[in-house]
Parts: sequence; C-alpha cells; structure tokens
Amino acid sequence: MALAHVASSTSRSNLLRPISAFVSPNLRRQLSTDDTRTLTIETSVPFTSHKCESPSRSVDTTPSELLSFFRDMATMRRMEIAADSLYKAKLIRGFCHLYDGQEAVAVGMESAITKKDSIITAYRDHCTFLGRGGTLLEVFSELMGRIHGCSKGKGGSMHFYKKDSGFYGGHGIVGAQIPLGCGLAFAQKYKKDGTVTFALYGDGAANQGQLFEALNISALWDLPAILVCENNHYGMGTAEWRAAKSPSYYKRGDYVPGLKVDGMDALAVKQACKFAKEHALKNGPIILEMDTYRYHGHSMSDPGSTYRTRDEISGVRQERDPIERIRKLILSHDLATEKELKDTEKEVRKLVDDAIAQAKESPMPEPHELFTNVYAKGYGVEAFGADRKEVRAVLP
Amino acid sequence: MATIVGAATALSASKSFDSGKLHLPSRRSLSISERKGSFLVVRSDGSVVHKAHRAQKLIANAVATKADSSAASTASKPGHELLLFEALREGLEEEMDRDPTVCVMGEDVGHYGGSYKVTKGLATKYGDLRVLDTPIAENSFTGMGIGAAMTGLRPIVEGMNMGFLLLAFNQISNNCGMLHYTSGGQFKIPIVIRGPGGVGRQLGAEHSQRLESYFQSIPGIQMVACSTPYNAKGLMKAAIRSENPVILFEHVLLYNLKERIPDEEYVCSLEEAEMVRPGEHVTILTYSRMRYHVMQAAKTLVNKGYDPEVIDIRSLKPFDLHTIGNSVKKTHRVLIVEECMRTGGIGASLTAAITENFNDYLDAPIICLSSQDVPTPYAGTLEEWTVVQPAQIVTAVEQLCQ
Repeated sequence: MALAHVASSTSRSNLLRPISAFVSPNLRRQLSTDDTRTLTIETSVPFTSHKCESPSRSVDTTPSELLSFFRDMATMRRMEIAADSLYKAKLIRGFCHLYDGQEAVAVGMESAITKKDSIITAYRDHCTFLGRGGTLLEVFSELMGRIHGCSKGKGGSMHFYKKDSGFYGGHGIVGAQIPLGCGLAFAQKYKKDGTVTFALYGDGAANQGQLFEALNISALWDLPAILVCENNHYGMGTAEWRAAKSPSYYKRGDYVPGLKVDGMDALAVKQACKFAKEHALKNGPIILEMDTYRYHGHSMSDPGSTYRTRDEISGVRQERDPIERIRKLILSHDLATEKELKDTEKEVRKLVDDAIAQAKESPMPEPHELFTNVYAKGYGVEAFGADRKEVRAVLP
Repeated sequence: MATIVGAATALSASKSFDSGKLHLPSRRSLSISERKGSFLVVRSDGSVVHKAHRAQKLIANAVATKADSSAASTASKPGHELLLFEALREGLEEEMDRDPTVCVMGEDVGHYGGSYKVTKGLATKYGDLRVLDTPIAENSFTGMGIGAAMTGLRPIVEGMNMGFLLLAFNQISNNCGMLHYTSGGQFKIPIVIRGPGGVGRQLGAEHSQRLESYFQSIPGIQMVACSTPYNAKGLMKAAIRSENPVILFEHVLLYNLKERIPDEEYVCSLEEAEMVRPGEHVTILTYSRMRYHVMQAAKTLVNKGYDPEVIDIRSLKPFDLHTIGNSVKKTHRVLIVEECMRTGGIGASLTAAITENFNDYLDAPIICLSSQDVPTPYAGTLEEWTVVQPAQIVTAVEQLCQ
C-alpha cells in the first residue's frame, strides 16, 4: 500500500486513501479521562522503509493520550483558522503560513520525545511552537507584533522560538534550518546529552543542496539528527512530481536510512518518531517522510486552489483528516461521548478567542526596542556606533 | 619594493619580516607591555639602509609599571617571539584549554593541521570532536556551527580562504547575524568565523577577495581585522570570549610576520582601534596589510617633514569612532588607506561615518585610497597596480596637507 510515485495527475488520487478498519480491544468502559490502561491500535497504513526495518504497525497508547491528542489538535486547528481571520482583518501582516491539516505531525512527534530533545522547523511553525509548550497568548501576540509575543514582536510569524523547551524556530529561508538542525545534533553529541534533534523541512526544501551537505556531515560524524520531511505534496504552487525527479524523499538520503509515515495519523507519527529517536542515538541520522496535507494555501496570499482542485482538498478533509481520525478512535473505544468532544472543541474555541482578545490588548513594542538585542552584551565595552550616541563603558 | 626588517633579526628571505615597530600603549589597552625597536630598510635588490638614527624613540609612560617589574626578573627582552599564525594558534589553544565548549571546524583543520598551520597540532591534543575536519560544504558547516552556537557551544569556523565563505553568506547573514534579534534575545550566537582574505601573491581573482565590504551591512555581527601577531592573538581570544558572532579577517600575506609578544595572558578589545604612530598633521586610517604600506610611506613622509598619525582601525564593525574622532579633532585631515574595493568598501562607509559625525572638524575633504574596482589579475605587475602602494599614500598626504 505504499504510495505510487507516478509523474502524472493520478498521483493526487493517492491522497484519498480511506481510513481502513483497525483492531481494537473489545472492552467497553465508562468515560475516564485519566485512565492509563494501554490500548493497542494499528496504524492504517504500514510503514515503508529504506535501509532499515520498519517499526511495528501496532502502537501503544492510553486513553488520556488520545484525548490529549484530540484537544491539542483541536486547539491547533482553531488557532490556525483564527489566524486566518485575523490576517484578513489586517491584524496580522506580512507572511502567515498555516499548518491546518498537518497537526498530526506536531502532536505525534511531541508525544514521542521530551522537551530536552530539540526541534527546528521552517516557517510553518505556529503549531510546532504550541506543541513545544508555547501559549496561545504568545502565538497571537507575536503574530500581531506585540511585546508579549515569544520573540517580543520582533520576529513575526516565521520566527517563533522557545529556548527553554528546545524549540529552535522558526526560519524563513527554505532549507537553511537543516544545517542548523545538524549543528544542534552536533552540540548534543558534544555534550553527550542522550538527546536528539528533529530538523523539519518540506518537500520543496528537499531539493536544497545544503540538505545533502548537512546529511553527509551528519552521517560522517554519527550525529543524532533526524531529518523529517513534511511532505504536503506542494512546494508553494509546484506539485512534488514537478519539482523532484524522485519524490520518494525518504529514499533520497541514499546511505542514510529512511522511513515513510502516514503523516495524518498521529499514532503512526508517534511510533515513527520513537523508532527514529532510538535509531539516531545508536546509528546516526535517519530521514522520516511524513505524508501529510495542508488545507490552506502555501500562505495567506495563496488561495491554494490554482494548482489543485477543491475536490482534492475536500476529499482529503473527508477521508484523512487527523482530528476526525482521533475522534473516531475515541468514540469507537468509548473513551468520551460525542457531546464531550464537542464541549472540548467549544472550550478550545473560547480559549483561542480569549487569547486573541488578550493579545489585542498587548502593547506594541517601544521605539527603543528597535536597538535592543542586536548584539548580546558581552565582553566589557559597549559598541559605539555612528548613529547611536551611547557613552562608552570603561574597559576592565 | 622595499620591505621593513627589524633590527634584531638577520636578513632573511623576503618571506618573513619583523613587524617591530614603535607602539605606544594606549591608555585603554589591556596590554601592558611596551616595545621599542629601530628600523632597517631592505631594498628589493638586497642593499640595506640604516635608518635607525631617524627612528623616533618614544618612551612609554608610567602606565607600563607591571611590565617593568616582570621585565626586570626575566631576560633582557620580555615575552617570546613568534609568527602571526603561531600567535593565532596560541590564542586558540589557550581558549580551548580554558573553555571546553570551544571547538574548531573547517576544511583540513584537523589531521592536516590547517592550510596555514593555524590549527597545527590541535587535533592530536584535543581529539576529533573538538577539532573537526569538514567536507567541502561551507554553507552547511557554517550553518552547523551556528546551530551548535545556539545551544551554547563556541565554535570557530575556519574558511580556508575568505572567498569561500561567500557560499555561506545566507547562513552568516540570516542566521548568524539576525537570530539574536528575531528571537527576541533568546539565542546568543557566540561563533567566530575566521579566515585569510585579501590580495596575495598572484593567487588570481577568486582567491584574492576582500569580503569585509560584503559583510559589513549585516546587522548583529562584529568584524575585526588583525594585523600583527600581538593583536592577532588578542583579537582571537576576545572574539572567542565574545557573546556576539565575530568575523575575524586575517590576511594571507601577514601569516609570517614575526613579533615578540608578552608571556602573560592578554586580550584585545574588539571595538577598539590601535594607535600605531601618533602625529599632528594628518590622520591615516588603515587596517590589515595596508598598515605596513602606510608605515612604509610614513617613513618617507617623516623625511619630507610631515607628521602623520597612523591608526589601525582593527574594528571594522562597529568603527571605533571615539579614537578616530579624537584624532580628527587633533589633525583635521583624514586619509583612509584600505585594500577593499572602491565601491561599497570599508573606506566608503568610514568616509560617510566621519563626514556625518566630524564634518566641522575637517579642513579638507577626506581622501580614501582603495583598491581598483577590478577582479584581481594574475600578472604580477597588474596585481601590484590594483592595490594601494606607498608612493600613492605619500602623494595623497602631500595633496591633503597643501
């Protein structure tokens, strides 16, 4: 059931594989959100691997984990849709790249790792930031350029960072974050942390030379780097088969093992990331290709329908939506009722609205903030520039 | 072309020459040693002219008390003599000893010992994890250095030739310079990017590039250029200790300069210019290799009765406008001598900065002598004409001081 890589329009129909039946334990229990019994759920699509063995299709999870998946993904979905309206209301300017449809990747990855592991991604970073422990207030403040944003309003949509929980951004230039990610992995190896780095990139960035350069160095030096290709099949307006001679991105590492994962299934993502972490700590770099999809266009200025049909988008939304999949799982295992899930969604919506209201209250940065954080104050003397009349500090 | 050789060393082949010169310790300088020397001028045909009696012996003031006491206890000459690349290596080694997070990455820095021997012996001493041989992939290993710096390591990225760092321009500009700002101060990038640049001996156009002009607009980085073994070691140490990303520009032709440097530990300030020769008539601002052309021209100028003040600006970004300003206020005439291209070079920015800030103090327009706006040719005579020669400096000073 691997995706066929045909350079023709029929490849788009591969996105519409339905959720197939899964094995479930035949227990019917009452609702209990903090139940920690293990459920074993099989992923709908097996993993395809390149130069390594696939992990098992059976994923262990708990009811509370599934419910938290649902809640987190609903929050992310709601946040992105709210960001859409804010952009249209001209409260968010510039670039705004939305992640809805791809939430399973962020949520599944978080569940497999700790906050000591590092994640670095490109500009589609709102949900990854949230997954790493960012708050909705920080997200919306940063998007609107206010001081309570995670980068104090100076970064914007493409530059979210959270150092204390290992989220290294948030980068605008396509592909430039991959060498940075391998550098993070190098530092982890240097410090002998036992942690790994996930460097995320898209199918468009997969054709960058620096990816292969960094992969070569990582494989040479055995760095605990995991390169994750979030393949949403379109590099802005260019379909993957028009940009890459070989769209099997998990194989393009050549000497580096790769794994192809159904990126709309949070449990499959969790399994793959766990497997990848173990692999990277022992054997060096590995590539994960997440087969996912974004409902919005590339960014807010892209309607998203000139290079793909609306049928395709709605088809994926019906057949493969990550939140619907978790919802069906929860309902079929009787972990919560339909009404409770709806209540969760309403609650999430309220939280998002509250955060937006709070963020709108947050002030814009002061003018003097223009000059702060250009340099880190370090070794003794303050810099003395032609345009700033700062007094020089005395040398020690 | 005449070269300067110190009185202490014997006449040797033109490759290595002593940079013994008069050095008045600046009251803001961290160095506490004093050096005196006289000059021999060796012409290219091998004849020697003694100019010692014309050299000015400036007596260092009482600031240098500590050196006096240590000098009394050691041999007649304090400190030890070494070449510039050895000074760089000494600085690097001291910092690597002091701080275990310092690591070096670059092409052929490890087992080969560095293409200019700056990292020789370090790989055997510190191992492969701290002195890393990279494949030829400047963009990605510079990116990796920056990624490692984001977590708190202090990598030193060596470009085998500065011109190769053009391939890493995206990483240096976007990630190295701007990350501290765009993350709202969360990440510091304490990386040092260093390498030799400048016009060498017939190396061809692509290997004779001066990148300081391309990098100077990048916000968030500091740029320094070393010119003597003393400031090479000091600047290397300061750059490694700095929390900001620093680009250290060395020069291919200066690696074999010999000088006596202090035994005790010292660090130079990254933002400070060096007063090479105080004077009254005209301020000559220069850096890197052109310092030596200027000092040569200074000899001729002194014979002709002029008193030039020579400042090695050292800090290319930000400029040390304090020292430069004080000098301009004293002499009212400025000559900038640099090896950068005319268009958009360091001299152009410096001219603008001085004019903006010190226009009232200038008696004459600023003259900026820089290299020609051409790719550096291979032919020796043509190459000589692309860079500024001492004769041109003398003419410019005469023109300024009319």
